[in-house]
Amino acid sequence: MDEDLLREFLIETYENLDKLDADLLALEKSPDSKSVIDNIFRMFHSCKGGCGFIGLSKLEAIAHTGENLLGLIRDKKVEMNSKIIDALLSTVDTVRKILNNLESIHGEGNEDHSALLTLLNSFRSGRIENEKTLAAEDILKTADGKELKKAPCANETATIAAPLPSASGEDILTEEINNLTDSERINFENIVYEILVNKGALISEDIEAVLAQCRTESLKAEVNRNKNENGARQDHAGSETPENKVNSRQSENPGVKSSPAADDQKSIAAADMSIRVNIELLDKLMNLVGELVLARNQFLQLTSVSDDPNFIGISQRLNLITSELQEGIMKTRMQPINNIWRNFGRIVREVSASINKKVRLEMEGKETELDKTIIEAIKDPLTHILRNSIDHGIEEPEKRREKKKDEEGLLLLRAFHEGGQVNIEITDDGNGINLNKVKQKAIERELINASQASVMSEREVLNLIFLPGFSTAEKVTNISGRGVGMDVVRKNIEKIGGTVDIESRHGSGTSVKIKIPLTLAIIPALIVTSGGDNYAIPQVSLLEVVRLKGHGAKKGIEEISGALVYRLRGKLLPLVYLNEELKIGSEKKVFTAEMPDEHIVNIIVLQAGDRQFGLIVDAVNDTEEIVVKPLDKFLKSISVFAGATVRGDGRVALILDILGLAKMSGVISELNDKLILDKQAQVVKSSKEAGRILLFKNKGNSRMAIDLSKVSRLENFSVDEIEQAGGFEVVQYRGQIMPLVYISKILPERRSAGRENGASENYEADSVLKNNDAEKNKNLQVVVYSDYDKSVGVVVDSILDIVETDIELQKSTARAGVIGSGVILNKVTEILDMDYIIKNLKY
Amino acid sequence: MEEKQYCTFYLDDMFFGIEVTKVQEIIKYNEMTRVPLASGVICGLINLRGQIVTAINLRRRFELSQITNVHNFMNVILNTGDGAVSFLVDRIGDVIEIGSNYYEAAPETLKGVARELICGAYKLENGLLLVLDIQKVLEIKV
Repeated sequence: MDEDLLREFLIETYENLDKLDADLLALEKSPDSKSVIDNIFRMFHSCKGGCGFIGLSKLEAIAHTGENLLGLIRDKKVEMNSKIIDALLSTVDTVRKILNNLESIHGEGNEDHSALLTLLNSFRSGRIENEKTLAAEDILKTADGKELKKAPCANETATIAAPLPSASGEDILTEEINNLTDSERINFENIVYEILVNKGALISEDIEAVLAQCRTESLKAEVNRNKNENGARQDHAGSETPENKVNSRQSENPGVKSSPAADDQKSIAAADMSIRVNIELLDKLMNLVGELVLARNQFLQLTSVSDDPNFIGISQRLNLITSELQEGIMKTRMQPINNIWRNFGRIVREVSASINKKVRLEMEGKETELDKTIIEAIKDPLTHILRNSIDHGIEEPEKRREKKKDEEGLLLLRAFHEGGQVNIEITDDGNGINLNKVKQKAIERELINASQASVMSEREVLNLIFLPGFSTAEKVTNISGRGVGMDVVRKNIEKIGGTVDIESRHGSGTSVKIKIPLTLAIIPALIVTSGGDNYAIPQVSLLEVVRLKGHGAKKGIEEISGALVYRLRGKLLPLVYLNEELKIGSEKKVFTAEMPDEHIVNIIVLQAGDRQFGLIVDAVNDTEEIVVKPLDKFLKSISVFAGATVRGDGRVALILDILGLAKMSGVISELNDKLILDKQAQVVKSSKEAGRILLFKNKGNSRMAIDLSKVSRLENFSVDEIEQAGGFEVVQYRGQIMPLVYISKILPERRSAGRENGASENYEADSVLKNNDAEKNKNLQVVVYSDYDKSVGVVVDSILDIVETDIELQKSTARAGVIGSGVILNKVTEILDMDYIIKNLKY
Repeated sequence: MEEKQYCTFYLDDMFFGIEVTKVQEIIKYNEMTRVPLASGVICGLINLRGQIVTAINLRRRFELSQITNVHNFMNVILNTGDGAVSFLVDRIGDVIEIGSNYYEAAPETLKGVARELICGAYKLENGLLLVLDIQKVLEIKV
């Protein structure tokens, strides 16, 4: 057996099989599509042709039987049904198995495929008039080990002896005759001649005509073959020779390879333009281009100090050409995501059928291209998510009917480019994820404890799904539920620099969103300096760069029990100091009160998973295209580095692994990011939902807080604005009269602050005014608290902060007007019971 | 009798040898990029014509006293099968061709790291040529 030939055949046939799966499913949906049937037919046909050539009798028998069946379907002699599809799919499987055998044991294997052949043939019966022919064919096909060259000849003989069914049947015949080698053809002609003469059914002129036809066809084929070999191919539209068919392979798979399944004649030229290239060669080219990019960068640095116009001109051209070359080489490695998606149709069909669900698979953005290595890497994770969606997400048809959903569940695959990344979304319209169930399971499996569960946000709960050993499936099926899965999915995606996110609405569906880089080899990066060394930050993780000068830094950066945070547009951004994380440089803190005003703080705002954090570096340099080189194995364990690169000046710079850095610095912890909350305060839990509270200081330095949700505004009133009405201090606020509330006056038994102020329950309005006399010019800070249509102004000493928190209240400290107290920002804080306060306002 | 060629170098007054076939090249001290958080044995990364090579400070690996002037170090670049690695050494010696009959396994009395990293010695007229166990040297704990 010719090894090269066999390998070619294997590659080609594997590719065909992948397409065959998709085509068969397409056929199931639209059984009348002639082009699809033709495609499938041709694939079987070319497989058979290849087998005959190499001498694979078993495979040939199978392909031939499949082809015959398809021929009948094409000619509408057999009606398409799902049983046939099943049989054809299992044919594909069998062919795959044989191909595997060919690869591993260099033989077709010893399996007996006669059952399959009988099955395939059974679909044909009743439709063909000549039972004898059928029987003869069956014997020929199932007889393994029968002398090969003879088989097709005898076979054709048998068929030709039967009444020719139709014009298209004739076509098949012509094709097959043309497939014969010269010696076969002579053999064939002899046999035909004998039969015809023996039968005496045809007169000699007819025989001559047939022979003449055979000869011209073979001549045509010869001419075509020669033309093709010379590379001078033209469009042979309309010509029905098999050579032409082979040439008109569709180029659904751009770049590398044409496949022997002609879609239509138009693609001839495109298919001829493609060749097979060894992936190793491409990898090598990719590396070389990487080197070239580095050399170019170094060269460009020289250019910047030169003023020789020739030199500059040449370097600019070099720059352009290199960029284009890089782009071109990258493209050679790009493959449409459909290369893996097209198998999904079959997976969905099988999985859903096995658990009696109806699922419709839709795809958007099939043509989205990705680097080959990435495509390989995401295949398994995607398959897993798909299976999960069908098994856990989409409901049984009856349940869907009850919910007034379409009986057929929808599974939508979407792929698109965005911001230098590829986004892949797998969305189903199933039942969604039941958060409580997730919590329960996580507690059962001791992944979290009950108190952790009670404070988790929706997103955190969803992220539990990615923990190792997690599964909500009630029972373990062979599809899913063994609890190995989503953690592996996430690990695999993160390995190639991607991220996974889940969104789900209980009752209406789940969406898994994956973001992955286009390519791993050359990436744009921001170069920063820290501790005297340069580091590269991949641009995909970069959100923005904030530059603070002395004063701004002092004001903007705050410390919460040792952790630095920066208020970025109102949201607290945890800060990580690169020098400290890498243990380089002596300076411990970047900002101090004594910091000179010209001191500059650079904050690189980064995205790590679903978290944002700020990385403080010494200096920010330029962005650069860098070539990622892996680190040696004894450096790989340092999770903060993703690799290294050679920069334009020839120096080596380490590439930061943002996710690793975030994990190391504690910005994201294993349970995904409890840290901020923990640091923000000893945040304890309340019976209430997580909420935001307004923290303020009252007279006597006591800290109090009220629920922010009902605070409508923070206002300043000057003391002059205070008026008296019905024994109350009021202010005019937005055309209404708003009573002012002095906490210290309302709350009974004010232990310290109350006494200090000398206030009593029978408080008199003017005394307040008197008390405030000293501060006459000062403004009153007022929290406008609205409940229904009533507003009251709570007078506070100073507003401290807004804190997002859950608080565990110690009710023991509760008194009238106070729900309880808890520790917020390390200080004991009382939470006011505004309902009580408003109710007790004699208003 | 089998003759082997050894590329030799010095650490203090210790005389070491590595089989010539494993040595890719020898270059002068090259500016390098330190790797924070890495083991102290790792000196940094050097750019060898676009290839990034990890440099291992052999003095540290042998727990010898540190020399502050690293600029006199030489890089012995080795081909390890999975990429090149550089050993930083004090001084380079000659390439020596020597028969296996002079070889003896490391004596039991050798202690500490040296015991781990040296697989044997050739008895030369004017001293011992210590043969490094490269695999062991590369087993660096983080």
